[in-house]
Amino acid sequence: MTGTYLGMPAFPDFPAFPAAAREAVRDEVLRANLRHATHTIRDKRAGAVAELADWDRLRAAGKAVKDHTLRHLDRYLLQLEEAVTAAGGTVHWAADADEANRIVTELVRATGEREVVKVKSMATQEIGLNEALEAAGIAAYETDLAELIVQLGHDRPSHILVPAIHRNRAEIRDVFRTEMAHWGRPAPEPLGDDPRELAEAARLHLREKFLRAKVAVSGANFMVAETGTMVVLESEGNGRMCLTLPETLISVVGIEKVVPTFRDLEIFLQTLPRSSTAERMNPYTTMWTGLGPSRGAEGDGPTAFHLVLLDNGRTDTLADEIGRQALRCIRCSACLNVCPVYERAGGHAYGSVYPGPIGAILSPQLRGTGSTIDASLPYASTLCGACYEVCPVAIDIPEVLLHLRERVAQGGPATRSGVRVTLRPADGHTAERAAMRAARLLLDRPGALRAGERLLARARRLAPRRLPGAGRAWTDSRELPTVAAQSFRDWWDRERSDPR
Amino acid sequence: MSSKDRILGRIRRALRDDAPEVAIPRDYLPVHGTRTPAERVDLLAAHLTEYRAVVHRTDEEALPALLTRLLDARGAQSVLVPPGLPPRWLPSGGPTRVPDRAASTPYELDRVDSVVTGCALAVAETGTIVLDGGPGQGRRRITLIPDHHICVIRVPDQVVDSVPQALPLLDPARPLTWISGPSATSDIELDRVEGVHGPRTLEVVLVGTQ
Repeated sequence: MTGTYLGMPAFPDFPAFPAAAREAVRDEVLRANLRHATHTIRDKRAGAVAELADWDRLRAAGKAVKDHTLRHLDRYLLQLEEAVTAAGGTVHWAADADEANRIVTELVRATGEREVVKVKSMATQEIGLNEALEAAGIAAYETDLAELIVQLGHDRPSHILVPAIHRNRAEIRDVFRTEMAHWGRPAPEPLGDDPRELAEAARLHLREKFLRAKVAVSGANFMVAETGTMVVLESEGNGRMCLTLPETLISVVGIEKVVPTFRDLEIFLQTLPRSSTAERMNPYTTMWTGLGPSRGAEGDGPTAFHLVLLDNGRTDTLADEIGRQALRCIRCSACLNVCPVYERAGGHAYGSVYPGPIGAILSPQLRGTGSTIDASLPYASTLCGACYEVCPVAIDIPEVLLHLRERVAQGGPATRSGVRVTLRPADGHTAERAAMRAARLLLDRPGALRAGERLLARARRLAPRRLPGAGRAWTDSRELPTVAAQSFRDWWDRERSDPR
Repeated sequence: MSSKDRILGRIRRALRDDAPEVAIPRDYLPVHGTRTPAERVDLLAAHLTEYRAVVHRTDEEALPALLTRLLDARGAQSVLVPPGLPPRWLPSGGPTRVPDRAASTPYELDRVDSVVTGCALAVAETGTIVLDGGPGQGRRRITLIPDHHICVIRVPDQVVDSVPQALPLLDPARPLTWISGPSATSDIELDRVEGVHGPRTLEVVLVGTQ
């Protein structure tokens, strides 16, 4: 880890988005897998949403609840801590990834165990918890089927909801065949590539782990300040296994996941499943409050519960008046499935555990825009606005993208690790600024502009298809406009001076 | 300075711009459509079926015979019985009854074939059953580990229309499990496959009280 590590695996030396995307776009299997998946789910989602006549009102309410919570985040976090503690849980606060990893590692060590089972969680991926545990000699087993496919395949997740969306059934079968035996129960032989057969192999492989697990690590979709209730939505039952069977449960949750009241869940339990899996309701939702009224004494659930509240760039994001709306995100992934850029480039090109449109605004805010990949992410969009349309909490992603582009190109005030700083323009954007300055110079001098336009019109046959030098990046992905035979001003003058 | 103080301090500094107070509009619908009790139960049955739960209807009188038949059809040798399950639901002579005990290990539960429970309530619009560990429902793990779950719902009493109607009836201090169809995954090419870790088969028995 270098000194500039900001608490999120930034995939060291990860190329800028266009370079990574160019690779992905060439991969025809990947593109086919992605096209199939995103189109399937986006059509289904539209149907599930159309069932609710009050969708727009639910969306507005969800947005308002999140904004209200963020407006009083300090108060609600303290209320949450009090409620969780009163119900027999222990609350920890982690300012960054290192601290969160240290807390979890210590908690696992204190149990004397050397392995944990994990519920799919974006927060623990964001902080690189599995790697930190591994470095401490603790094995972390992902139990969500897609996460298992990614983990066994030594791969990276490419989608928030369906992390193995980039893999087809034949690839998954091969991963199971070659890798399962290294982690526990081997895949049954022979193993076909029918999803049913593959799911069964995962069931057998993981059941061995669930039944013996003493420690589980999870995230949470929501935390209720009023009651201290934690909420996890899932489909497979691996979440229920992890949240119910082990003796110790450790939940790592971003501070923005708090909602004020138990009643507020009525909004998100309607909008989240429909937006993410396009179902009326996901198969399983688990809610628990500390250790419950029985304090775990009657054996219903873990006997120790730890909640690790994670900042890791969230307060910096909160400090940005435009960018803070990204903290409303409930990780439904609807924006990924409608994004024309995501559909072609795939999740890996975003160089972050948060891919797609939401990743393009979340990652550069959580990590800062210092790295090549983070400075390029605000440009990983056509600004078509489809992501905003589907967002169940109405995050104006295009607005934040433009805001971040300005920050990358111009620099300006930002908050890093709680400190107000003035950012310089990101590397590689100096040419853009030089061009803008030149444009301003020219636009301020109408005579020079006119002369330039005439010159350009005369030389139009010599215009290249692509710009040389610093302008090349611009024409890598865009057609250069053809130069008109005469400028608009010349045309206007002639029209006006020639009365009919 | 503790991390707690540091984080709270950052939040307070971040909010100095005095963002306007946000009022939460609650004009969304408490329920989608109007239904008679019978229609509500029909909708619940339709949505449960759509998510691959097997739905049966019966009355108090015929319930024990139906449960016996369903367990027989699975070839169940043993059945988990939570405390507070009405004794007459499962007549003697059927599969071995395994009581829900705190001391039983996950391995022991893994050897049981079926589980029969009641529920706290059911939500028609989403096809959801909610368990809260109350009488006749048992610990969360007994409806998780065996491969076959039969859940009995008293209709129409235990059925509400919508999620907004369900939440006020539930106690957040209790461990709550919301179940909408059996365990399922769509992680492989988005093909839905039922039964990954939870019960592969969910049978729901709607018991009329009239």
